[in-house]
Amino acid sequence: MENKRQNTILTIIALLFCTLLIYLGDNNLSRFQLRILNLSAIYVILGLSMNLVIGFTGMFSLGHAGFMCVGAYTAAILTMSPAAKELIYYMVPIHPLLANIQWGVIPAALAGGIVAAIFGVLVGFPALRLRDDYLAIATLGFAEIIRIVVTNTTSITNGSLGLKDIPSVKSLWVYWGFAILTILILRAIINSSWGYAFKAIRDNEIAAEAMGINILKHKLLSFTIGAFFAGLSGALMAYLITSIDPTMFRFTFTFQILLIVVLGGMGSITGSIVAGVLVTVAMEWLRFVEQDMNFFGFVIPGISGMRMVIFSILLLLVVLFYRQGLLGTKEFSWNFFLKLASKRSKQKEVS
Amino acid sequence: MVAAYVAFFGIAIFALPWWLSFLIAIIVTTVLGVLIERTAYRPLRDAPRISALISAIGVSYLLENLGIVVLGARPRPFPRPENLVWNIKVGNISFLSLAVIIPIITILLLIAVTLFVNRTKVGIAMRALSRDFETASLMAVDVNKVISATFAVGSALAAVGGIMWGMQYPQIDPLMGVFPGLKCFIAAVMGGIGSVPGAMLGGFILGMGEVMIVGFMPELSGYRDAFAFVVLILILLFKPGGLLGENVVEKV
Amino acid sequence: MSSEKILITKDLTIKFGGLTAVSGLNLDISKGEIIGLIGPNGAGKTTCFNIITGVYKPTSGNILFHNQDITGLRPDLITKLGIARTFQNIRLFNSMTVLENVMISKHVRLNANLLEAVLHLPRYTNAHRQHLEECMELLEQVGLADVAHEKGTSLPYGKQRRLEIARALATQPTLLLLDEPAAGMNPQETLELMDFIKKIRELYGLTILLIEHHMEVVMGICERITVLDYGITIAQGTPAEVQANQQVIKAYLGTVEDDA
Ligand SMILES: Nc1ncnc2c1ncn2[C@@H]1O[C@H](COP(=O)(O)OP(=O)(O)O)[C@@H](O)[C@H]1O
Ligand SMILES: [Mg+2]
Repeated sequence: MENKRQNTILTIIALLFCTLLIYLGDNNLSRFQLRILNLSAIYVILGLSMNLVIGFTGMFSLGHAGFMCVGAYTAAILTMSPAAKELIYYMVPIHPLLANIQWGVIPAALAGGIVAAIFGVLVGFPALRLRDDYLAIATLGFAEIIRIVVTNTTSITNGSLGLKDIPSVKSLWVYWGFAILTILILRAIINSSWGYAFKAIRDNEIAAEAMGINILKHKLLSFTIGAFFAGLSGALMAYLITSIDPTMFRFTFTFQILLIVVLGGMGSITGSIVAGVLVTVAMEWLRFVEQDMNFFGFVIPGISGMRMVIFSILLLLVVLFYRQGLLGTKEFSWNFFLKLASKRSKQKEVS
Repeated sequence: MVAAYVAFFGIAIFALPWWLSFLIAIIVTTVLGVLIERTAYRPLRDAPRISALISAIGVSYLLENLGIVVLGARPRPFPRPENLVWNIKVGNISFLSLAVIIPIITILLLIAVTLFVNRTKVGIAMRALSRDFETASLMAVDVNKVISATFAVGSALAAVGGIMWGMQYPQIDPLMGVFPGLKCFIAAVMGGIGSVPGAMLGGFILGMGEVMIVGFMPELSGYRDAFAFVVLILILLFKPGGLLGENVVEKV
Repeated sequence: MSSEKILITKDLTIKFGGLTAVSGLNLDISKGEIIGLIGPNGAGKTTCFNIITGVYKPTSGNILFHNQDITGLRPDLITKLGIARTFQNIRLFNSMTVLENVMISKHVRLNANLLEAVLHLPRYTNAHRQHLEECMELLEQVGLADVAHEKGTSLPYGKQRRLEIARALATQPTLLLLDEPAAGMNPQETLELMDFIKKIRELYGLTILLIEHHMEVVMGICERITVLDYGITIAQGTPAEVQANQQVIKAYLGTVEDDA
């Protein structure tokens, strides 16, 4: 009990510290730095939501890009000004019901998550009876279908032309605010009785069912929560880059998120957070290999696709040689942190 | 994709005769398939299924993007060997010889694979392994050899498929294998995993279905690629064993 | 009173492709009994358990549990009705401690929703605390309290089997199905297990259906025995009757050596 209270206090202090950091960051960082940090926040949410599905519940679902697509479009359509809509939908005019809506970014982002969650239920209900490779292909297929539908429902989505002039959001508050909320909510879920039910299904589905757990219901719950957060990050992605089109939400997105989950450790929230930031920064940093470089007058042409080669190799290395990832299923805990700190200080005293 | 490219380079750059290029393409692909099995799948055989799947995704992603890096993302025309491709005229309908050659090759391969799987020792061992891995490995089946052989045959067949694809749509690019690859899996599931005629039937239905959608309901042609997935999901829900497969109950 | 029927199976049959794994099984179990199900390897014993618990759907036949037809019901619903089981090949949750393994059974009894759990509202925390206490008490009773916080799969084999039984008991069953609980145990552990089974029957008012190869266990604690061979029931009766049955002796002579 004593310990618990102490941990709660430490968590609150850490949250206040984060708030301070966000405040300082918002005012002092360059636009480029802010953009990378915000992108990290989005990838952290994505990594966490996929980890819930793959790492904690053991469902090999590859539909994340599809749910992001749904969330991004929902948020974009809800937030764009009527004037912008009239301009952009020049091929086929927008459906009259949607033409005059203009919501705030936060409610629209939540709506993006909710619509994605509804899609999650629709997709999950048939697909989650499947397992392993079958589930992977079916969810991948659904993500493709979502993309194809978005491309073809021009009066709602503007089809392959995509959407532009989505209200831009640059503040760390929004992105990291959502990221921190996601972390707190998912942590609470994982540590609750439901989280253990998910892990039981992952560990041994037959035994979990014999313990009275309704497998389909719990898989659907986990999958839908995952879809919600994927949709939310899709919405945030739309605010960050302000223009979207259906080709963006290809399998490549899902692949990058998978890399985050595998690298961080399947079944570790902390791992997904660390890997989410690492992979985002690496992705931006590695952009240089795809751009033309100018070395003392020599132009070295950029090689497109190189980043993905590096990421595929990284993914393979991790699964082949370091399967538990950075953190395995371990989590950050204050007790461990405090022990580490006291050891350090003791060492210092000795020396 | 690899096969199509190797053949492409054989013909277009090294000016090799087409049959030699095709042969080299098939061999290269086969060797590559076996190498991939050794390095990326074998170490994970006792690992959770998810790890092997992730590894598979990693490998295909690596090959495709390596393709983009080395060869560029632009599609290239695939050279059609003169002696294989000519116009046939029957009455006033004219069509390419490929329309005849490809089905013939497919049927020949189908017969060959069926014979291989049912009659040869390796083929029978393959089927035993897929049925019951543990028992089969206890019964002195050399698991490594059989799995290598499976990958070799699979890759060689994929190579033939890739070359035929290249000739039919005389254009290739590094990502050409993605959709066909997914659709192949879907065709196999549709027909029933483990059934050679099933895979053939699945492939046939898929191909016909796509063409018919485009032909009869042109307003839906945007949804063409969705067709395969819709069919897959329907099949898995209503006849999970596939059209020609038996419903296998997982052993508990 | 003791003739109240708990489980009745009528002509239960299941086919896998060409193989009839269980053929026309008739069981009739009264409250409080310990019934043995024996037969050579591959006779179809585990398959019977899988049918009764809903893991497999029978090709034909019916199952009545407390006079309710449960044929083809989903496994989790059958568990909720009061049938629990253990597995021949141990199926513990390998990421979890002993206590967590047992706590999983309580999840369905939770009277709170996910939102209450995420927000740590009292209805959830109280129910959770009460379940923890119940599970600790259960572990106490089965002698696993001292290892409650160790990983389930790190326990010695005998204790893992005991944990499987504890986990099944936590679902609060009236009928318990045990699949080879003594497999891999030494004679000492086997003796302890026999006492343990009798003890939990008294303590929880259980009816038990038991698959076992150790004849001393079966003959020692079962009141009646059903013998299967190639899915067919070849004998039913008291231990003494079954031991004297010519067909049983014949079925066992061919195969008994390889599971000894
Ligand atoms: N899901 C299944 N698919 C096909 N055959 C099965 C399946 N489950 C069990 N069998 C077969 O049924 C027979 C009985 O098996 P089982 O019930 O496990 O025997 P045991 O009496 O040793 O427990 C065996 O021949 C087994 O191979
Ligand atoms: Mg058995």
